[in-house]
Amino acid sequence: MAQLSLFATSQPALPYTVSQLTGYIRRLLEEDAELQDVWVEGEVSNFRRYTSGHCYFTLKDAGAELSCVLWRSIANGLDYLPTDGDAVLAHGRVGVYETRGVYQLYVDALRPAGVGDLYRQFELLKARLEAEGLFAPERKRPLPAFPRRIGVVTSPDGAALRDILHVLGRRYPLVEVLLAPTRVQGTEAPAEIRAALAALNARDDVDLIIVARGGGSLEELWAFNDEGVARAIAGSRIPVISGVGHETDFTIADFAADVRAPTPSAAAEMAVPDRMELQAALEKLQRRLVAAMEKRVERQRWALAEQQRALRHLAPAVRIATARQRLDDLLLRAGDRLLHRLALQRERLSGLVARLESLSPLATLERGYAIVRHAESGRIVHRVDDVAPGDPLQVRVQDGTFDARVT
Amino acid sequence: MADDDLERLSFEQAFKELEQVVARLEGGDLTLEESIALFERGQQLAAYCGAKLDEAELRIRRIATPAAGASQDVLS
Repeated sequence: MAQLSLFATSQPALPYTVSQLTGYIRRLLEEDAELQDVWVEGEVSNFRRYTSGHCYFTLKDAGAELSCVLWRSIANGLDYLPTDGDAVLAHGRVGVYETRGVYQLYVDALRPAGVGDLYRQFELLKARLEAEGLFAPERKRPLPAFPRRIGVVTSPDGAALRDILHVLGRRYPLVEVLLAPTRVQGTEAPAEIRAALAALNARDDVDLIIVARGGGSLEELWAFNDEGVARAIAGSRIPVISGVGHETDFTIADFAADVRAPTPSAAAEMAVPDRMELQAALEKLQRRLVAAMEKRVERQRWALAEQQRALRHLAPAVRIATARQRLDDLLLRAGDRLLHRLALQRERLSGLVARLESLSPLATLERGYAIVRHAESGRIVHRVDDVAPGDPLQVRVQDGTFDARVT
Repeated sequence: MADDDLERLSFEQAFKELEQVVARLEGGDLTLEESIALFERGQQLAAYCGAKLDEAELRIRRIATPAAGASQDVLS
């Protein structure tokens, strides 16, 4: 029989079974709040995905190893699955797999660690949301031309707000600004930004929203690469202009917004019209107004003058004068015609007289012929038988008459 | 048209109405009375818009968000 060690602990009244002890350890770990919500950084090794879809791997560093389990349901929802050698950040809860007597990290989130990998995450999320159609041009809402109230989501203490207010005050002070203050970096920022967008969307008096943050590193701008923030911006009923970071910074929020501005100041410029341009347009409208009115009055004056002219034409004095003139004119022409006719008649008369004279018996008398008449009856003697001896006769010659008797 | 209804117009409404008035007046085919009435309305609108542009001052208000707590008014 082996000798009992002097240092052996005394036998307890009731020893744990293996299951009981394992159960105890399990409860210990699972009741520790810290271990139920933990981020771990390490290097991935031995990553396997089984046909079931579940993934198993080990996270390790120089001093220790941690078994990890990634259930299929979660693995399918991840943008990123690691390969051996990747440095990762894993989130999950610690549990105990009693059957094998091991503790494990049950992973529910996984992302590449390190700054360079932030860009990869950014690209992955951007690709996924773009494939969903979240950034589609058809989704973009038009901006109002004359916003009355602009909601601004930004830090109340930052330079972004100061710049925006300065630009709005210069360009279009008619607008009212509703500030929805939020943190713009850190882990609480995405939730606050989402809440601010929801609060503004719940109102019915906001025409436009500007989401803004000044310049910073990728980590400082990270809240604007949050998926929830991107969805809240894309889903906003009110149009959103994003003005995050510097000209060269592009965040997921920028793609989700209806318009992306390179900076907060540029966002304010895009949001409102320029007061000076409006004043110039106003002056031009006033000039056109006056010119149009003057033209209208001129038309009226001209119409009046035309009517006066027409009226004068119709006045009695004018009509009489006109009539008189016409009469004179007619008479003149009539007189001319009359003289003309008289002249013609005279000519005809001369002609007839000449013919008459040529036919006249007086011409015959001039040639030596005489006209013999009976002295008593005056009848002309044509034949010898018309006379008897002793009849008294009257003889007419060209220059007079004398008596004669038939012998 | 009464003067007090002008106050209820936003800048955008007044500006757009002014554009319409000018277009109608330039279009012709109005009686002299209609033209005069339109002209006067146009002058009113232009004065209103001009005053709004010249005299406006930016107003800023802070709204409540869950994290921030109670709202407060902030003068510019």
